[in-house]
Amino acid sequence: MSNLSISNVSKLFSTTLAVDDFSLDVADGELVCLLGPSGSGKSTLLRMVGGFEMPSEGSIRIDGEEVVHLPPEERPTGMVFQSHALWTHMNVFNNLAFGLKLRRLPKAQIREKVEAVLELVGLGGYGTRGVTQLSGGQQQRVALARSLVLEPKILLLDEPFASLDQHLRERLREEVRDIQQRLKITTLFVTHGQDEALSMADRIVVMRDGKTEQIDRPDIVYREPRTPFVAGFIGTMNLIEGVVQNGVFSKAGYSTPVPVADGPAVLAIRPEALELTVAGENAQGHVHRVTDYGTHGLVDLVLLDGTRLKAMVSHPDLFATGQGVSLAPKAIAAYRDNVLIHRVALGKETAALRQLVDA
Amino acid sequence: MATIAVAKPRRDWVGIVFALVLTVVIVVPMLVVVTWSVSNVWRFPSVLPQEFGFKFWQMTLARSDVWSALTMSLSLSAVVTALSALICLPAAYAFARMEFPARTLLFFSFLAGQAFPKFGLLVAIAAIFLQLNLIATFWGVVLIQLVGTLLFMIWIPVAAFQAVDRRMEEAARDAGAKPLRVFWSITLPQAAPTIGAAVLLSFVGTFYETEGAWLIGAPQIRTMPVLMISFINNQPVIQYAAVLSVLLWIPSLIALVFTRRVVNSGSFARGFGA
Repeated sequence: MSNLSISNVSKLFSTTLAVDDFSLDVADGELVCLLGPSGSGKSTLLRMVGGFEMPSEGSIRIDGEEVVHLPPEERPTGMVFQSHALWTHMNVFNNLAFGLKLRRLPKAQIREKVEAVLELVGLGGYGTRGVTQLSGGQQQRVALARSLVLEPKILLLDEPFASLDQHLRERLREEVRDIQQRLKITTLFVTHGQDEALSMADRIVVMRDGKTEQIDRPDIVYREPRTPFVAGFIGTMNLIEGVVQNGVFSKAGYSTPVPVADGPAVLAIRPEALELTVAGENAQGHVHRVTDYGTHGLVDLVLLDGTRLKAMVSHPDLFATGQGVSLAPKAIAAYRDNVLIHRVALGKETAALRQLVDA
Repeated sequence: MATIAVAKPRRDWVGIVFALVLTVVIVVPMLVVVTWSVSNVWRFPSVLPQEFGFKFWQMTLARSDVWSALTMSLSLSAVVTALSALICLPAAYAFARMEFPARTLLFFSFLAGQAFPKFGLLVAIAAIFLQLNLIATFWGVVLIQLVGTLLFMIWIPVAAFQAVDRRMEEAARDAGAKPLRVFWSITLPQAAPTIGAAVLLSFVGTFYETEGAWLIGAPQIRTMPVLMISFINNQPVIQYAAVLSVLLWIPSLIALVFTRRVVNSGSFARGFGA
């Protein structure tokens, strides 16, 4: 039963502000993903929670207790590093037993705990192996087990799957999520992979330049991004820069009603929300390329001024390169000055989905 | 169907020639020395000794000055290496992991001892030692030989400590270890093979060190190499020097075999910057 509370934390590296007035509360048993491009301050933030960096300002509390001034060894946190950081001069058992020995547990109990946690990560009986004999995925499991065996109040994961191949990454993130939910361990997870965040997190913190862009459930971050940055960073998004005049957004022959004040605006449409109809003379754009993925197709299209868009279609064979098309978006959002000013679902399908998600 | 050409292993003639030349240059003199040490009579122009035997081994080993020189050499090397490790390893760790003023300058200053003609430096030091009554004393020789080991014992361990992944140390802190414990349980074992190479180099280097031991230690302190010089200078009997040379090889041979056992060749090579 542990919660983490980060409030108004900043970190200044000589002259650059890596983390800027960041606040976040992680509830007991929750898995929160810090998601952002490299240099967004997410790793620095995690290292501050672990005690490896000292915040320039702000406070970090675990179960209400201030930990900012504690060294890593005195914090109830467990960190899993991107590079595994397993101790190569020890075998698997000794890697896991190291922290327990420091806590002066009796030998029998150490053995029991290590074997249990190895079983948990699916490496039962691997204790006597050297860590360099293991595959990348197994090493990462040992690294996770090494943190879990100490029963930390807060588990910190720093891009733990970055060095693994796609297949293994998908399998391991499911396993880690299962273990996390089974142990109900409060977890902070750093990643720059959006699918990792979307598939694992209870909540996602999208970070940019040391600041929070949005904190929400994965489905909301995906469907209702609050800024164009979030919209563009999570998933694929068509961002069209245009002008609104008399409640109508227009860009190079394409126009759609957007009931906001006159001025520049960025229109955001997901490829799966962009329906296309075949058009003749008054086409709004033409097809540049069609890619068939089997389950669906992706149409690359070009507006009259050269703006490139992507649309997901269920029947890619209906479209051919050079063909004229018209746009019929089912859901759009409009942003001005980095702020959401308008959002509307134009089709029934999305409205129904929204109700399902919110229920 | 395409035919698959099986590449014949090509003979690397240049490599073979180099290997042969090296073998001749290194092995032949060793063979000659070993042969001399076991020949009772070997007169020109005979290719092989007229009489084999261990006469000169017996004579050499019967001399008390040989045994006292061997004991002196071994104890000097052991003391110098231990002291050097005690001083240099913490210093190397500081160079590798800490920031302090004039760090780079200090680091390169260890090269200075090797950058000048050694004999000139030794004479200057001898003058100072004379004032301090260190000439012809055990600790005087220890001090001078210690200087000779500094370069190896600082530079190689610095590389070893720098090569230790910081994340490993952080993971140990995370598991609850205090900094000293992290050094003892993680950093030192990780760097150990390379540091082992440095310690070996320093031991063997000290064992064979001649100029310092002779200039500072003579006449009271006689090490094996110093004794060998006096054998060569004073007695025109080749066999004495030959037996002594073979004796001198023994410690480095033992050290090498021992190190190969403890250390796998890969990490040993890393210690030398490979």
